[in-house]
Amino acid sequence: MDHAYDITLTVNGTTVSRRVPARQHLVDFLREDLELTGSHAGCEHGVCGACTVRVNGEIVRGCLMLAVQANGCRVETIEGLSDSKELSKLQTAFHEHNALQCGFCTPGMLMAAQDLVLKNKKISREEIRTQLSGNFCRCTGYQAIVDAIEEVINGKG
Amino acid sequence: MKAAEFAYAKPASLLVAFELLANSNAKVLAGGQSLIPSLNMRLSSPELLVDITGIPGLAGISSQGPCIRIGALTTHAQIEKSELVKKHVPLLAQAVPHIAHAAIRNRGTIGGSLALADPAAEFPACAVALESVFILKSKTSERRVKAQQFFKGLFETGLKPGELLVAAEFPVATTSDRCVFLELTRRHGDYAIIGLAAHNSRFVFLGAGATPILIPGISIQGPLAKAKAVLSKTLKPSPDLYNTSATKLHLAGVLLERAWTTLTT
Repeated sequence: MDHAYDITLTVNGTTVSRRVPARQHLVDFLREDLELTGSHAGCEHGVCGACTVRVNGEIVRGCLMLAVQANGCRVETIEGLSDSKELSKLQTAFHEHNALQCGFCTPGMLMAAQDLVLKNKKISREEIRTQLSGNFCRCTGYQAIVDAIEEVINGKG
Repeated sequence: MKAAEFAYAKPASLLVAFELLANSNAKVLAGGQSLIPSLNMRLSSPELLVDITGIPGLAGISSQGPCIRIGALTTHAQIEKSELVKKHVPLLAQAVPHIAHAAIRNRGTIGGSLALADPAAEFPACAVALESVFILKSKTSERRVKAQQFFKGLFETGLKPGELLVAAEFPVATTSDRCVFLELTRRHGDYAIIGLAAHNSRFVFLGAGATPILIPGISIQGPLAKAKAVLSKTLKPSPDLYNTSATKLHLAGVLLERAWTTLTT
């Protein structure tokens, strides 16, 4: 029998209370218990970035944080940021630039990209690539993703 | 993969933490950015995780006379943003962006990085270069250990059972001090093939052996050619899956050369 603990946290603005096994990481909790399947579990050791979510306003790896550690935290996922329209500019730019193919990495890409958008300053392609070094895409080759993010941050050239 | 079963406790005081850590199958959880992957891959299977992030007083950066004290729970991101660190411990400020990725730097802590003692990690090499001092606390005592004596072997440190690394002290840089942090990786954020933390004439390589490797006998007062000769005689880097010892030694020389101008002007 798993060791289980009661947690209460805010997910996309809604307070949720659940009993979770200690060994369950946050992204499995979001996907399996809350059915928020937009955040993806890829490598489960922090390399691919597909599980990127926001905790207390900062992006983190959902696979490298236990659900029990999120007790009392404010968690935001791709579903929340999409519904609130916070990501709408990035989503439109990704669409227009063909910056996704299979879509597996896209939620994590958008979360990481929005982190740059929120810094609210012009940025070089090199800096965009540095930020995206924590997010793997196995389809696109990144060019279009960088194009889309650059357009949102720096405006249309 | 999924982690094996374990219990979890989040003590609100050091005292309770020390009682929990008396269990020899307990592990300390801070940022978890190295521990949780090792649990997910089942490389580690503790009975109990003791989450120390609820203990007050273990985070923060403060100026303490000739030192900057950084609490164990201070995250890489906090160090990256710190004006105190930028001004007084520039080597650390240079090293932080090399650590993994933004999302990991938001949770990973300096105490975790030092206590884990991964030989490819950035902070342990910086601490040895800067002659940092670590503060180790147990239930009954507190002691101070020099970085160079702390790193004993592969993931092996001077921490005794039941002890916690609570802070690290870094000497404030003077205007004549010079420092450089460099590393070579295939992709940004990957483990370094080899890296260099240099502070004046203290050259410390990471990814070169079981611990951060200090190269004795290099002086920035002398010529570069002599430094390179000392390096190739002294450093015997351990190979990894992709790079031979000879490749790493060559790359160490490249880093030494790149660092030289900054250190000597």
